[in-house]
Amino acid sequence: MGRSIHWPAGINRAYRLILCIGDRTGKLMERESMEFDVVIVGGGPSGLSAAIRLRQLAAASGRELSVCVVEKGAELGAHILSGAVMEPRALDELLPDWQAKGAPLTVACADDNFIFLTERRAVGLMAPPQMNNHGNYIVSLGNVVRWLGVQAEEAGVEVFPGFAAAEVLYDPSGAVRGVATGDMGIGKDGKPTENHTPGVELLAKQTIFAEGVRGSLTKSLISRLHLDKDCNPQTYGIGIKELWEVDPSQHRPGRIEHTVGWPLDRETYGGSFLYHLDNNQVAVGYVVGLDYKNPYLSPFEEFQRFKTHPAVRRIFESGRRLSYGARALAEGGFQSIPRLTFPGGLLVGDTAGFLNVPKIKGIHTAMKSGMVAAEAIFAALEKPASGALEVTAYPAMLKASWVWKELYLSRNIRPSFHWGLWGGILYSALDTYLFRGRAPWTLKVHSDHDQLRDARDSVPIAYPKPDNTLTFDRLSSVFLSGAVHEENQPCHLQLKDPSIALTVNLARYDSPEQRYCPAAVYEIVTEAGDNSSHLHISASNCLHCKSCDIKDPTQNINWVVPEGGGGPNYPNM
Amino acid sequence: MKALVAVKRVVDYNATILVKADGSGIDTNNLKFSINPFDEVAVEEAVRLKEAGMVSEIVVVSIGPAQAQDTLRNALAMGGDRAILVTVDGDVEPLAVAKLLRAVVESEKPDLVILGKQAIDGDCNQTGQMLAALLGWPQGTFASALAFKDGELNVIREIDSGNETVSLQLPAVITADLRLNTPRYVSLPNIMKAKKKPLATTTPATLGVDVAARQRVLKVEPPAKRKAGIKVGSVAELVAKLKNEAKVI
Ligand SMILES: Cc1cc2nc3c(=O)[nH]c(=O)nc-3n(C[C@H](O)[C@H](O)[C@H](O)COP(=O)(O)OP(=O)(O)OC[C@H]3O[C@@H](n4cnc5c(N)ncnc54)[C@H](O)[C@@H]3O)c2cc1C
Ligand code: SF4
Repeated sequence: MGRSIHWPAGINRAYRLILCIGDRTGKLMERESMEFDVVIVGGGPSGLSAAIRLRQLAAASGRELSVCVVEKGAELGAHILSGAVMEPRALDELLPDWQAKGAPLTVACADDNFIFLTERRAVGLMAPPQMNNHGNYIVSLGNVVRWLGVQAEEAGVEVFPGFAAAEVLYDPSGAVRGVATGDMGIGKDGKPTENHTPGVELLAKQTIFAEGVRGSLTKSLISRLHLDKDCNPQTYGIGIKELWEVDPSQHRPGRIEHTVGWPLDRETYGGSFLYHLDNNQVAVGYVVGLDYKNPYLSPFEEFQRFKTHPAVRRIFESGRRLSYGARALAEGGFQSIPRLTFPGGLLVGDTAGFLNVPKIKGIHTAMKSGMVAAEAIFAALEKPASGALEVTAYPAMLKASWVWKELYLSRNIRPSFHWGLWGGILYSALDTYLFRGRAPWTLKVHSDHDQLRDARDSVPIAYPKPDNTLTFDRLSSVFLSGAVHEENQPCHLQLKDPSIALTVNLARYDSPEQRYCPAAVYEIVTEAGDNSSHLHISASNCLHCKSCDIKDPTQNINWVVPEGGGGPNYPNM
Repeated sequence: MKALVAVKRVVDYNATILVKADGSGIDTNNLKFSINPFDEVAVEEAVRLKEAGMVSEIVVVSIGPAQAQDTLRNALAMGGDRAILVTVDGDVEPLAVAKLLRAVVESEKPDLVILGKQAIDGDCNQTGQMLAALLGWPQGTFASALAFKDGELNVIREIDSGNETVSLQLPAVITADLRLNTPRYVSLPNIMKAKKKPLATTTPATLGVDVAARQRVLKVEPPAKRKAGIKVGSVAELVAKLKNEAKVI
């Protein structure tokens, strides 16, 4: 089968050009394939930590091991958005000399502040112990990831930014044998353009899915292999963030503020974070639980309104906004962790939901899970295998690690907020101080998409107009995210049944996607003539936050990867 | 025939540019950099000429910091054969770039030099012209199409009054306009192959060129903010406003 092509000397892997039956249209197309020992989907903290650890182990034992990372962002870090207060625990284990190597962890956390807001007042609360940040750093995770990328390349990892993994490849036995990158140059109509370049099959003994929250390939794996059959549903939050340059008089490097309360109502889970970095920069953001009930709620507007609070506005009034973006967070914690392995591959990081919610930290657990997976894979590949390999040692090793303990002890905090803000705070205090996480019960986690009330039973929320100094509209915000997609490509926000956008979303919920999407991608347009409506999708504004894929009431919206390189271009997020 | 293509590493055209608070320049910290789009067109043209059998070797050259290696690898992945990096930190003015390129041309002896018509960061639009003058070669700037005919190179240029065709004798300098072609996507296997292609580095000192700046930037300011638009109720109101307020008709 196939033709052979000439490869320059020095490439010692096996490559071949194969013919395969291609895409959905069933037409025959040529797709090259490349073989690696391990292929990693996603160049975030979890994927890069796995890659680095694999190459470290290979170097230490003198074994040849090829590792490749594909990242859908145009460069590493382009799609990374986090707070972020980073616990250096995993990094200490991965690259103990990170300081000497110039890792961008330079702002040590100074003071922690946990604040309850009413419309006009701010009341300091005792910070819960999970929020003690002594020894942690305030970072731009995007920049940490860029630095990790350099370390990975130096360790001999093949890193390919600008390539999205679009499809999981299975062998006849149903085992994962790799992924295929998406075609480049397919037009809106689904037909190849003049510049069409077919995707590539990346084949591996193990494929690590490190796609972050709500990975699109992970989603397909979970449903095909029923990885979630023994766990609670995953629950999420949407985090919207801005980076500001503030007046030096307002800048206190290392200062951390978290708020709960205003402007959210008491039934909605959420709050703000505000971190002072260096160079007069302040990261400010707002997280809203995607299990919110009022379809009229807009996380974006809540965030804008938050900045107008008297205790907050003075920080930003004389500053300027540098960047904007949004990303979902996995909040299900321990109860929602799916099966982690399957023949041919495994899940690491937030695509498996390793975020510690009371701490709002997932970087250290994502990195550690990647490292543990690397160690388990490396050991498993040492033995000669017959057929596809399922690395069952990985979950066992993870259970013995500090990641598991952390997630177990904090498992009841987030679900207790189902009893509202005060119920949650009260329960959390009891669980933390009295039971120390070891309460003899485990609270259930519910899914988000089925939580909305009908619009007619809900009260519309009147949000103030943007003032363009402190508060802004969505479109000028998206501009700052640098989001771009090739315009001539099929829409990557697929509606399983387009009519549902009107018959259910509009009729029952007044089209909530118009409000929860932080990038104004969805808009109900009513024709002047016949008063008919349709849902207009401006896919090129999409920030890849995945909220629509999560919150859509009938799960009718399916987020798939657009052409590689498309999406936000966050510089320091 | 040997082609030499010059490529520059610039801030990506999608990146949001912010002027530093003190007005000394733009803040390039952690911004995405990529190949200057006009240079990408230049590389693509050279690759198409090679695929058409007109060119036998493509040498890509960049002048810039060590990271410009990524830009060169990108050009190699598109189809360049080998690369030369002249390592310089900081801004280099067009005349110095032209002198550096002349030095490279003198040692490489290409028949054709293709550059982008301008770089999207400084928008100088001078290097190609200066290089042609320094070499004493003919130039075809703003090329939107190329055609070889009886040993001569016809360059179609888009100008205000229409299309102009100039006919050049080789060796010559061409600067590429966006209309010349649509650059290809680089494929993953080609990126892998590009990692193994030769990339030599040199310095201005080795090439004997003084790159000291002859100009000084006084101040960089962001463009004035656009005023908010207004909605008008009728054509009459629109005409009145254009006449009396905007004073454009
Ligand atoms: C607003 C906000 C604030 C946060 N604050 C903190 C904090 O203060 N401290 C903390 O520790 N954690 C924080 N977190 C959580 C933390 O950011 C995540 O836990 C962490 O980023 C997870 O790492 P990951 O590698 O699993 O996924 P990600 O960081 O999401 O990385 C996944 C990468 O994979 C890429 N990718 C996805 N799918 C594909 C595909 N199909 N093909 C190719 N590439 C793909 C993505 O583009 C992305 O680059 C915060 C999160 C948010 C949203
Ligand atoms: S379209 Fe979906 S994924 Fe994209 S920004 Fe909007 S909610 Fe997020």
